[in-house]
Formats: sequence, C-alpha cells, structure tokens
Amino acid sequence: MLRKFILISCIYCCSIFAASDNYTFADPKQQQLFVNLTQNLRCLVCQNQNIAESNAPLAQDLRREVVELINANKSETEIIEFLVSRYGEFILYKPEFNQHNYLLWLGPGIMLLIGGFICFRTIRQQSQVET
Amino acid sequence: MFNSLKAARSLIPLCIFLILALVLYQGLKQDPSLLPSAMVGKPVPKFKLATVNDSNQFYTEEIFRGKISLLNVWATWCISCRMEHNFLNKLAADGSIQLIGLDYRDRLAAVEQWQHALGDPYKYDLFDEEGRVAIDLGVYGTPETFIIDPQGIIRYRHVGIIDQAAWENDLLPVIEKIRGRG
Repeated sequence: MLRKFILISCIYCCSIFAASDNYTFADPKQQQLFVNLTQNLRCLVCQNQNIAESNAPLAQDLRREVVELINANKSETEIIEFLVSRYGEFILYKPEFNQHNYLLWLGPGIMLLIGGFICFRTIRQQSQVET
Repeated sequence: MFNSLKAARSLIPLCIFLILALVLYQGLKQDPSLLPSAMVGKPVPKFKLATVNDSNQFYTEEIFRGKISLLNVWATWCISCRMEHNFLNKLAADGSIQLIGLDYRDRLAAVEQWQHALGDPYKYDLFDEEGRVAIDLGVYGTPETFIIDPQGIIRYRHVGIIDQAAWENDLLPVIEKIRGRG
C-alpha cells in the first residue's frame, strides 16, 4: 500500500510546477492560456526547463511579461510572435517548420523509410534463400 | 570482383560511423549557451529609463542617434561583468565610441559601491530595475553587449566578457564596417 502510494505520488510530482510566483486570472480561459504558453516556452538561462518551472530571474520576468500580454487581451499567436521577435525561435519548445530545421522535423520519417526499406529487402532476401 | 565488392560493402558501417563521429565531434565544440540574437538588424527598442545616479533624469532611445554606441548590459551581482569592467574603462578612456550601460535587475546601493570602487565607463547609466528593456532587447544573461549604429540599428550582439581578444576579433571589425559606410 505504502509503496503504491509513493509510486503514485512520484508520478504526480512531475506535473506540479516549481515556480514560486502565482498569477490568477479572472477568466479560466486566460488561466489556461497562461499555463499552455509558459509550459511551452523555454527558459533561456536553464535551457532544459520551461518558463513555468524555472525560478531563474529571467523566467520570472518572462512570466510577468506573458501575464501582462494576456491581460492586454493579446492572442496566443501574438504573444508567441512578441517573444520570438526578441529571443528567436529557440524560446519555443516546438519551433515552426522552416528551412533551418526541416531535417530535424523530417529526419525521423526519413530514417523510418530507410530502415523500413532495408528491413523489407533483408526479409525478402532471406525468404528467397529459404525457399 | 565479387570479393572486392563485398569488402567495399563491409566498409559501409565504418564510413557511417566516421561521418557520425565527425558530426558529433563538431557538436562538442559548440557552446549551447550561445544563442543567435533575433535583434540584429532591428532598431533599438523604445524605452524611457532613469539613470542609476538620478531617478528623475530620464533618457530614451534617442541617445543612440548620430553616434556609434556600445550598449553594455551588466549588473553588480554578475561576476563576469566585474571581469570585463576594466576593459570597458579602458575603452571609455580611449573615447572613440560612446559607451552606454544598462544596469539589469540591480540594487542601487550596490551600484554606488561598484562605481566608487571600480569606476564608471558609461556616458549614460541606464537603470533597468525590472528587466523590461532587457526583455525587449532579447537579453538572457549578463554581460551582453550590443553595437548600435548611428541610425539606432542593432548591428551586433556579443555574449560574455569583452576582453582585448574579443574586442579585436569580434567587435572592432563590426565597428569599422559601420565607420566605413558612414
């Protein structure tokens, strides 16, 4: 029982934000937008944390900036544009598809095709040997 | 004939390995904390900031007009800023370029001490207490230094300490290019 409890609490730990400051919004939609945005924006100081989790001063400032933009009724795309125009695409955990990163986006698919082709050929050759 | 083909084919994995090793080795040399600036080529963002020495004296982006400027983002809590400060003092004494400081998320008492002990190379000591102008500049750490041309366009961003080598290799060529055109 205890082990089960510890295991489950370990899993839930991952989804709790570490950020210390709390922002509340009147509109639950805005709250949701804030959560979505901050979870998908990279903190540029500690690059493997998003700005929702990071306690770096820059992440605090960026959270404040996002809150102000949301309160100014900016849309999600407008806020993302605002940040990308200053910090570049690097701030996005899910960057746009463009000529710089097309290999990263398409790479897995290409690899799968190559691997699939080799697999297919090997299996066919082997089955020919057997028959 | 058949044998040599077979031998060549057995080398394929080795070739793939070597190519991969080369690519990954190049990756090792890169510093992941160095990010390209999205601000190069864009005008300095609009701002209105007081100075560290006078909270009633405000300046705007107009201070960049007509001169080549070095905008240095720094803070008293930043160790690297302390390390480059001497070089900035030398640059200021040389006087060939306008030095503008942007003090980032700092305490004024600490700044006063710093100025007293280490000197003040900046023509304008802007105070960005909340880091708002730094966000508009896309700053993610200190020290960062921007070269701004007389039209107020950001031409270069340097991340990290400026020393003699960085000055000669990275910053001076950009400044000379601006001078050549202007």
